[in-house]
Amino acid sequence: MTTAPVKSNVPSRSGLKAWLSSDAPASRGHARAVQLYLGWLKLYENKLAFLGFLIIFSLVLIAAFAPLLATTEPNAQDLSKRLLAPGTSGHLLGTDELGRDIYSRLVYGSRITLLIVGIVAFTAPVFGLLIGTVAGYLGGWVDQVLMRLVDIFLAFPRLVLALAFVAAIGAGIESAIIAISLTAWPPYARIARAETLTIRNADYISAVRLQGAGIMHIIVGHIWPLCLSSIIVRVTLDMAGIILTAAGLGFLGLGAQPPEPEWGAMISAGRKFVLDQWWVAAMPGMAIFIVSLGFNLLGDGLRDILDPKKSQS
Amino acid sequence: MPVSDSALMEPKSLSAETAADARLEIKNLNVYFGEGSERFQAVKNVSVSVQQGGSFGIVGESGSGKSTVLRAVCGLVESWDGEIDIDGAPVSHKRNKAFARKIQMVFQDPYASLHPRHTVDRVLSEPLKLHGFDGIDGRVLRALDDVGLGADFRFRYPHQLSGGQRQRVAVARALMLEPEILLLDEPTSALDVSVQAEILNLFAELRKEHNLTYVMVTHDLAVVAHMCDEIAVMQFGEVVEVMDVDAMRNSTPKTAYTQELLKASMGYDAEFFGDS
Repeated sequence: MTTAPVKSNVPSRSGLKAWLSSDAPASRGHARAVQLYLGWLKLYENKLAFLGFLIIFSLVLIAAFAPLLATTEPNAQDLSKRLLAPGTSGHLLGTDELGRDIYSRLVYGSRITLLIVGIVAFTAPVFGLLIGTVAGYLGGWVDQVLMRLVDIFLAFPRLVLALAFVAAIGAGIESAIIAISLTAWPPYARIARAETLTIRNADYISAVRLQGAGIMHIIVGHIWPLCLSSIIVRVTLDMAGIILTAAGLGFLGLGAQPPEPEWGAMISAGRKFVLDQWWVAAMPGMAIFIVSLGFNLLGDGLRDILDPKKSQS
Repeated sequence: MPVSDSALMEPKSLSAETAADARLEIKNLNVYFGEGSERFQAVKNVSVSVQQGGSFGIVGESGSGKSTVLRAVCGLVESWDGEIDIDGAPVSHKRNKAFARKIQMVFQDPYASLHPRHTVDRVLSEPLKLHGFDGIDGRVLRALDDVGLGADFRFRYPHQLSGGQRQRVAVARALMLEPEILLLDEPTSALDVSVQAEILNLFAELRKEHNLTYVMVTHDLAVVAHMCDEIAVMQFGEVVEVMDVDAMRNSTPKTAYTQELLKASMGYDAEFFGDS
């Protein structure tokens, strides 16, 4: 890092750091880099949010390098070694009722969790944001129609709607994802609409209207950036709920199907032994707890980080 | 002196000779808000005419409908009837991009008129991108220079600027599309006095440089006296008087309301408030 030569006449500070904390960036890319760096500093300063970030980052790493981290195949059965306690040689977190290594299953299960979380996080909030901002910005009958639709979706109990949907299109991880997305978007639409109503008549929106910008340009370029931070915060806070819903569907046998190492399905399988062999259910439960906690901690700190006003004081 | 028909039909428009080469002409403008029984007429039968290169002031107290006139002219308010002509051609209720290149507006509150998440660079380059201009970088830098801000300000966010700097950015934004008419909605009322003077001087310079036509709304008669050639006085949504700036300076208005307004602008007057 110190090898970067200082080309400009920047006084003190090492080259990269000075370049990243410049208050008069020279180009668009530079300005963006400065903004990212300041956001990073803000995240780093907020210890709890940073802990959350580390947990999520580790989850991503574990999912990416699952084959390297796992000690056995996740579905390799060995009935002679069933229900071994945690710490038994070769089985850090014990084995389940079919003699499968719980640690390896958890490691591979992180992929499923990340898949669910990732897809839901990129579909439901985006859809909700679009519906909410369009409704809020256009108003009138468009608003009425869209928001009544939201009301209908909100009135359904989330898990029950997901259940009905899974029952209709068949059990499996994909239908669980679709079901969760379908039930998760309405709150985002509500938030986005409320935010849009507060800014739709702002002078800066009038100014861009005067420049001849189209409706979608205004919504995506001007209204979305202002709704985004509350949406992102809400997403990270919802992530825990999404993981739990996915686990719940798995627990009920409607999500991931055996032998897939989905965390909720693992808890479901372990409940038969929960009194005598507690670890079979407790270990995936712990994994769900840690990841949910990570998302909650990160979400709590993200609002400050996403606001450029706060990242520079 | 040629007298156009339209001028004859409009008793409240200025004089016949200015109406003939008017850049912006408003005839019998009515603006309504709300619907049904709650319908409220904010502007009643307003007719004014602004000549090419002129600087026209609209004064009046709060709620007199002066800002609403501007918003109807630029298309932000669509519930109006009457006629708005630019260079003799009437404009429709829906405005297009070509219209955006003729008229731009500077808003009252510089703290509310810049997008809080957009850098100055984005604010200034966006209209250029929308209209497919080329040489965007050069134009942005030139615009910053025009309004007295350096290139250092280019990637700042609005919260990193003072009120006066923000208003300069807002002025630069309004000028990006090289409009011919600039609508100024109380552009200095949110600024402190020393900054007000700077911004007013900036407007005067830009007008000369870019050959702009101004329509300025304000409740500050001193600003109008400094900036404008002609003045319309509005009360309760109607134009009560149109006069030139000399008439105002000499305090020789015709109507009682204008006299009151002028008197009030001179500050507290014990006699006027009838201390008894």
